[in-house]
Amino acid sequence: MTHIEPSSQTDPLAETTPLGAAPPASSPVGSPTGPGKGIAEAGNAGSGGNLYTASQWRLMWWRFRKHKLAMASGIFILLVYVLLVFAEFIAPYHSSDHNAAYQHAPPQRLHLFEETPDGSRFNPHVKGLEYETDEETWRRSFSPDEEQVYPVRFFVRGHEYELFGLFTTDIHLFGTTDPEAPMYLLGADRLGRDVLSRVIYGTRISMSIGLIGVVMALVLGVILGGISGYFGGWIDSAIQRVIEFLRSIPEIPLWMALTAALPRSWSQVQVYFAITVILSIVGWTTLARVVRGRFFSLREEDFVTAAVLDGASRPRIIFRHMLPSFTSHIVAAVTLAIPAMILAETALSFLGLGLTEPTVSWGVLLREAQNIPSIAHTPWVLIVPATAVVSTVLALNFLGDGLRDAADPYNK
Amino acid sequence: MLRYIARRVLVMLPTLFLISLASFFIIQLPPGDFLTTYAAGMGAQDAIVAREHLAALEERYGLNQPFHVQYWQWISNIVCCGDFGQSFEWRRPVSSLIWDRLTLTMLLAVVSTLFMWFVAFLIGTYTAVRQYSIGDYFWTFVGFVGLAIPNFLLALVLMYISFRYFGQSVGGLFSPEYQNAPWSIGKLWDLFQHMWIPVIVIATAGAAGTIRIMRANLLDELHRPYTTTARAKGMQEWRLIAKYPVRLALNPFISTVGWTLPTLISGEIIVSVVLDLPTTGPLLLRALRSQDMYLAGSFILMLGVLTLIGTLLSDILLAWLDPRIQYDKVGSR
Amino acid sequence: MQAAVGADLAQDSLLSVRSLKTQFPVDQGLVKAVDGASFEIRRGSTLCVVGESGCGKSVTARSILQIVDRPGRVVGGEMLFRRRLRNGSALTGEEEIVDLAKLDPKGAEIRDIRGRDIAMIFQEPMTSLSPVHTIGDQIVEAVHVHENLSKAEAKDRAVDVLQRVGVPKPKQRFDSYPFQLSGGLRQRAMIAMALVCNPVLLIADEPTTALDVTTQAQILELMHELQADYGMAIMFITHDLGVVAEMADDVVVMYLGLAVERGDVRSIFHNPQHPYTRALLRSIPKLGLGARTGPRTRLDTIRGMVPDPYNRPAGCPFHNRCDEFMPGTCDRIVPPPIQFGDRREVRCLLHGGAEEDTR
Ligand SMILES: Nc1ncnc2c1ncn2[C@@H]1O[C@H](COP(=O)(O)OP(=O)(O)OP(=O)(O)O)[C@@H](O)[C@H]1O
Ligand code: SF4
Ligand SMILES: [Mg+2]
Repeated sequence: MTHIEPSSQTDPLAETTPLGAAPPASSPVGSPTGPGKGIAEAGNAGSGGNLYTASQWRLMWWRFRKHKLAMASGIFILLVYVLLVFAEFIAPYHSSDHNAAYQHAPPQRLHLFEETPDGSRFNPHVKGLEYETDEETWRRSFSPDEEQVYPVRFFVRGHEYELFGLFTTDIHLFGTTDPEAPMYLLGADRLGRDVLSRVIYGTRISMSIGLIGVVMALVLGVILGGISGYFGGWIDSAIQRVIEFLRSIPEIPLWMALTAALPRSWSQVQVYFAITVILSIVGWTTLARVVRGRFFSLREEDFVTAAVLDGASRPRIIFRHMLPSFTSHIVAAVTLAIPAMILAETALSFLGLGLTEPTVSWGVLLREAQNIPSIAHTPWVLIVPATAVVSTVLALNFLGDGLRDAADPYNK
Repeated sequence: MLRYIARRVLVMLPTLFLISLASFFIIQLPPGDFLTTYAAGMGAQDAIVAREHLAALEERYGLNQPFHVQYWQWISNIVCCGDFGQSFEWRRPVSSLIWDRLTLTMLLAVVSTLFMWFVAFLIGTYTAVRQYSIGDYFWTFVGFVGLAIPNFLLALVLMYISFRYFGQSVGGLFSPEYQNAPWSIGKLWDLFQHMWIPVIVIATAGAAGTIRIMRANLLDELHRPYTTTARAKGMQEWRLIAKYPVRLALNPFISTVGWTLPTLISGEIIVSVVLDLPTTGPLLLRALRSQDMYLAGSFILMLGVLTLIGTLLSDILLAWLDPRIQYDKVGSR
Repeated sequence: MQAAVGADLAQDSLLSVRSLKTQFPVDQGLVKAVDGASFEIRRGSTLCVVGESGCGKSVTARSILQIVDRPGRVVGGEMLFRRRLRNGSALTGEEEIVDLAKLDPKGAEIRDIRGRDIAMIFQEPMTSLSPVHTIGDQIVEAVHVHENLSKAEAKDRAVDVLQRVGVPKPKQRFDSYPFQLSGGLRQRAMIAMALVCNPVLLIADEPTTALDVTTQAQILELMHELQADYGMAIMFITHDLGVVAEMADDVVVMYLGLAVERGDVRSIFHNPQHPYTRALLRSIPKLGLGARTGPRTRLDTIRGMVPDPYNRPAGCPFHNRCDEFMPGTCDRIVPPPIQFGDRREVRCLLHGGAEEDTR
C-alpha cells in the first residue's frame, strides 16, 4: 500500500499522449492511460477469464457509486431514454398537431386545486385561453379565461398512434379530458403546435442519432484502434495519420459540406441515417485513440503475455482477453462521445443542413427561434428545446466523467 | 530549431495533400453535375450565353476527364496561380471572394484563441492551486456548462441580452458607416467593439477543455520533485509555483491548439451565421446551399490549410518553450 | 524572534529532534508517517538514517524543513535547531535556538532557513531539477533567494561551486539543461545548488540510490571532501548499510515512524541492541567496518511485511516480525526509550520498560 507516495504514482504512459491531440471532452492527459494497477492485481493472470472482468466491473461500480452527481445524471439519462421509447404515449399531442387559434400561445399554468364556492377541491386543470389582437402589430396577447376549467387527467384519450408498430391505441399518459381543449404547458409555436410534445418527439430523434452515431463510431473505432494498437508499426502510423488528418480539419465545415451534398430527393429516414454516418466519420477518431492507448498498455500486461505463450490466436487474444478488460474504459469514452454527436446534429439542423420539418429534432426546434424578435416575444420557443439540449448534454458529460473516474481511478 | 521546423513541415505535407483531396472530393460530391444545376437556374433568355459559357467551363475544368486529371488541374491552378476557379453564383473568380472573409475568420479565431488561453490559464491555475476549494468546484461546474451549451445558442442568448439590455445592434462586425470604408484606426476600433460577442462565444467552445488541461497538468506538476526542490531552496510559494510548475504545465497547454483551433474555427463558422458576420460562415453556408461548389470547396480547403498552419505555429512556439523537444527528447511528456 | 527558545540543547548538538510526529490525513485514514522519532545531529558530523522503505525517513527529513507534501503536517514534537545569527548577510558569530516544529510552513522564517542554513538534496536528480531551466538558472536562483547579489556575482558564485563539486568546464555547464548531463553530473549540480549558500546542515535523501556503483562511490567521496571543506553536518538517508559504514558518525535506525535505536556507528554495528537492528545487520552477508567495496545488499530480507500504515500494531510496532517477541508484553506495552552509554538509546522491552505499564 505505498501508492500514496506521489513519486511512485507517476505513470509513464500518462505522459505519452501525442502532443496536441487530447480530445476536448476527455481527460487532459488523454484517456488512453494508466493500466489500472489495482484492477490488474484483483484479476487473475493466466487465463484472463471471467474473474478478471467480473471483479473489474464490481470495482468500477463501487467507485462510481461515490460520484453522487454522476449517479443522478445517470438516472436522468435513463428517464430521457424512456421518453425516447414512449414518445407517442407520453406526449399529449402529435408533433405536427397544430391549431391556428393558439399560435404563439404562452405556457399555461397547471392548477392542482379548483376554487369552488364550497372551498377548494383537488382537480388538476388548465384554464381556457382568450386573446386580443393588437391592431397595429398584429400580435396576439393571450390571457387565461377564468370561466373555462378543463380537467387534466392521467391516461386520457387523444389522437391515435401505433406503439412500436405493434398495436394502435389512443391512450396518452396525461392530457385534458376534453380533446378539443387547449393545453400548452410549455407554450405553443408559430403554428400553434405544442412545444412540450414537440420537444418530446425531438428527444427521440436527437438522442437516437447520438446513440446510433456512437455505435457506428464505436465499431469503426474499436476495429481501427484495435488494429493500430495491437500491431503497431507502420499500420499504426498509417491509421494515426488518418486520425490526425480528420482531426485537423474543422469539423463543422466538413459536416456542412457533406450534409449539403445529400440528394434532395432522399427521404427523411435516409437523411437521418446519412447524418449519423457523417457524424461518426469524425467521431470514431476519439474512440480509436482510447482503444489504441489501452491496447498499448495492455500488450505488456501479464495475462496477455500468458495468453500469447499459451498459443492463443491473435483475434482470440484481442477479443477474448484484451477487449473485455477495458470495456469499462470504452463505456466511459462512449458516454462522453454521445453529447458531441447530439450537439453536432443540433448545430447542423439549426443551420438548415441536417434534418428538416416534418422531422423534429432539438436542432429543428431551435431553428424556429432564430431571430431576436421571435425570442423577445415567444421566449419559450427557444428556452424549452435549449433546456432539453443543455440539460441532457450536461448530464451525459457528468455521467461520462464519473464513469471514466470509476474506470480509471489512477488517472484523475 | 530550423531542422525541427523543416521536419515538422515535411510531416505536414501528407496531411495537406489529404485535405486538398477531401476538398476536391466535396466539390465533386453533389448529385448531378453542378453545371446542370447552374444551367437549370438560368432563365431561358440566357440559354445561348449559358451554353457557350458552359462549354468554356467544361473545357477549362476538364469536366469530361477522369478524377485525377481534374484534381491535378484544379490543384495546380491553385498552387501556381492562386486560381481557385470560378464561383457560379457570383460569376466571379473564387479568389476574389474568399480572402477578405478568410482574413476576418482567422482574425476572429486568433483573437478568440488568445482570449480563451488567457481565461483558461487564469482559471486553470487558480483551480489547480486551490484544488477542492469552493472556487474549484464552481469553475469546474461552469466548465461543464460551457461544454454543454451549443455555440449558436450562446450567440443567440448574448445577442438577445445585448439587444435587450444594452440596446446594441449586434450582428455584423462593423457599424454601417464603416461597412465599406477603407481600413483606418477608427474602423479597427469599431471592429473591436463589435467583436466581443463572437469572441466570447467562440472562446467558450474551447475554454472548458483547455481549463481542464491546464488544471490537470498543473496538478501533476505541483507534485513533482522539482517543486519540492524549489521549496527547499526557500523560495516564496507563489513565486516558485509561477516559475516551475506553471511554466511546465504551459507546454501541454499550448499544444492544445492542435485540437482547439479546428474547434474554434468550427465555432466561428456557426456563430458567424447566427450573428451574420462578414466572415466565412454565411458565405460558405450559402455556397453549399446553392451548390456553388468551387467556392465551397475552396473555403474548406483554405480553412483546413490555415488550421494546419496554426497548429504548426503552435508547435514551433512549443519547441521554443521546451528545449527538450528540439533536442529530440520528445518521447516523454 | 517568536520561535527562539531556551538553551536546552547540548553544546555540540546542531539539531535535536524530539518526539517528532508528522501525519497525513488522507481519505482512507490517518497515516502516522512519523510517530515520535527522536535523534540528534552533532555539528560537523554525519548522521545516517536507515530503515526499510516506508518507515518515514523521507518524511522525517522533509519535516525538518517543513516541506512535507500536502496533506501532511508536523503535528507534534520539537526540532531544536541552532541557527546562525546574521547582520544583513554577514554572520555575527552568535547563535540562537529555534524550534522548527513551531514555525509556520508558509512563513518567512522557515523560508529563510531553507536553503541557507539547512539545504537538501534528493534521490532522483533528473526529476528533482526542472527540465526546462538550465542548471545555472536553478543554482543562481538559490543565491538570489537569500542574498542580495548582482547577476554577475551570483553567476560567479555558481560557477565556483560547480567547480568545487567537480563539474568539468563549469562555465559551459552553467547553461546546460539537466537532460544534457549524465546522472552523476546532475547529482553534482544538485549538490552545488544545495551548497551555494554555505549551509550548516545538508540533508541528503538517498542521494546515490539512482546512480550506478562507480558514480555512487565518487559522489560519496565528494560529500566526504565537501563536509571537511564546508564544516557542515550531514543527515544522510540510505537503504545501504555499506554506505552507512562508510559515511556515518552516528546512526538512527527507524521503524514505522519511530527511531528504534540510535548511537554511534561503531556500537550500532558491533553491539546492536534492538532485534530490528540485528535483523538488518544479519541481512548483509559480511561487512567489515570501513569496507569501501564488498556486497551492498538492500534491506529487504527481513521476515514478514511492514504493517499497514493506517493501523499500526498496538504495543511495540515491530512485534509481528520480531524474533524475540514476548507475548502479552510486546503487543501491549509501547517500549519507552532506554538510554545507556554515551548517546545510545533503544526502544525495546528486552532492555526495560516492560514492568511499568507505559500506556
Ligand atoms: N503524500 C503522502 N500522503 C500520504 N501518505 C504519505 C505521503 N508521503 C508519505 N506517506 C506515507 O508516509 C510513510 C513514510 O513514507 P516515507 O516516504 O518517509 O518513507 P521512506 O522511509 O522514505 O521510504 P523509502 O525508503 O521508500 O524512501 C509511508 O507509509 C507513506 O505511505
Ligand atoms: S519490544 Fe518486543 S517485539 Fe518489540 S522489538 Fe523488543 S522484543 Fe521485539
Ligand atoms: Mg524516501
